[in-house]
Amino acid sequence: MSVLAVLEQRPSLEGRPAWNRMSWETLAAAQQMARELDQPVMAAVVGQGIGELAGDLASTALDRACLVEHELLVPYTPDAYSSALRQLIEGLKPGLVLFPHTYQVRDFLPKLATSLGRVAISDVVSHRIENGQPVLVRQLFQGRVNADVRFLTPGPNFASLQAGAYRADRLARGTSPVEGFVPVIAASEVRSRPLELFRESQRAVDLSAAELIVSVGRGIKEAENIPLVEKLAAVLGAELAASRPICDAGWLPMERQIGSSGQTVAPKMYMAVGISGAIQHLVGMKGARTVVAINKDPHAPIFEVADYGIVGDLFQVVPELISAIEKSK
Amino acid sequence: MKIVVAIKQVPARDSQLRIASTGGWIDEADLSYEINEPDAYALEEGLQLKEKHGGEVVVLCAGPARAAQTIREALAKGADRAIHIEGETLGALDPLAGARRLAAALKPESADLILTGLQSDDLGYGQTGVILAELLGLPHATIVMRVETAPQGIRVKRELEDGWFQHVDLPLPALLTIQSGINKLRYATLMGIKKARTKEIRRVTPEELGAETGAPSILLERVYLPERTKRTQLWEGNPREAAAQLVEKLKFEARVL
Repeated sequence: MSVLAVLEQRPSLEGRPAWNRMSWETLAAAQQMARELDQPVMAAVVGQGIGELAGDLASTALDRACLVEHELLVPYTPDAYSSALRQLIEGLKPGLVLFPHTYQVRDFLPKLATSLGRVAISDVVSHRIENGQPVLVRQLFQGRVNADVRFLTPGPNFASLQAGAYRADRLARGTSPVEGFVPVIAASEVRSRPLELFRESQRAVDLSAAELIVSVGRGIKEAENIPLVEKLAAVLGAELAASRPICDAGWLPMERQIGSSGQTVAPKMYMAVGISGAIQHLVGMKGARTVVAINKDPHAPIFEVADYGIVGDLFQVVPELISAIEKSK
Repeated sequence: MKIVVAIKQVPARDSQLRIASTGGWIDEADLSYEINEPDAYALEEGLQLKEKHGGEVVVLCAGPARAAQTIREALAKGADRAIHIEGETLGALDPLAGARRLAAALKPESADLILTGLQSDDLGYGQTGVILAELLGLPHATIVMRVETAPQGIRVKRELEDGWFQHVDLPLPALLTIQSGINKLRYATLMGIKKARTKEIRRVTPEELGAETGAPSILLERVYLPERTKRTQLWEGNPREAAAQLVEKLKFEARVL
């Protein structure tokens, strides 16, 4: 059951290919699983004009690496990517194919797996090997429950790995042969037409530089209650941020959103108020040095990453906290 | 424009989850259920597109008998009719098996546009929409934040990572997975609730649909509560004392105040 890691690159603004850093986590995970299964490990990256990435693959401990190139692979479309990777996989016949769980992978992996009659196990956080077969752990119910999941089909089987679940610094350096693979793709296969990438506006608020952040989630219940956390942020001298639902509802501007679709922050202290801690939020704040959580649910996933926590009703806790901070000054 | 919105009923967000004694799934006794949140946004998008361009909105839902409540709420918000594929909970199915049922119901509908939420709040595979598109041979776009009609189909705004977006043009028919926050959800009106009583809900079984079955590809072997891996200093009880102790720690241990 050889293991293939499919890595992700995207042209930078200067037009040069640049790795998505999650690729290295996936590659390290593929090396680890291949070692545990005593099987060969391979890597592939998809695009066009990506030859300069070959050096990074050649200096990694791999049995084989492939640059999958075709002019229809730029810009990215799920139709072309899925077609190219299906051809690669039919040729390499890997037992297990691993992907980083990026937005792009979420867009094409279910299509690719379905086209080969398989189901991908998405958003995996860890694994173990039992009787020579991988058992993958993933999260259900927004991170509140874990599940062990197993493949029932023979290879190729597919899984995507959650950001931060595996450590890129475990990557084994070495050497690898790098070869090219040119899939056959007809222009008529590509049904969607992607246009330029854009950002909504220059961000007026850069939370990545903030030392202290108070962040608010669904627990705040109503827009009318936002001033309570504003006051908490003010007495702390902290920036105010929020989880996605708060920004979706328009209670705070989108530019204050933390998480996979918002900003990624690493402050000295991150105080999460009424935030349950879905993974989409956690990826945006896991780098904080000290995490404080205030939540009424003792099983909320935010407590998994918190250094300090208060289990209680935020409407009782936050006013007490404000006065305790004021007193301590 | 004929629009089908695939929705799912999931345990309410603030549910206290317990693991069933079998360890195979959560304990469903005493749970309350609601529409999967991203699906609520998909439904709203469907209703708004119909209001702009005319046509029909059909709600499609696979689930046990209790899902009828969520379907009725969708009809009360303005969907024209519904198809309820009755069967055991989708938790027991892998995403491909679930999508095959939905695909079997969708084929004869010949919709112009199929909408669904980008992922479910319970299983969270985030795959059903894309699998459905592949099974039906349709182009798709995921994590959609805006839908507009275009000369040769539709133009959608996709959300990418780190605040980036991209427009993508698609021919119709097509399938879109909708991101939460794309629009502002409406409430059902009293009139809507009244009208919903007379709207058609077609109940079918997977067998009646002739849904393709097949051996499952993946097995959800065991569910469990995650172990705490980080040592968290936790306070419960009196909020005043908890706040005072937290501030003490933040000042002298974490040294962030």
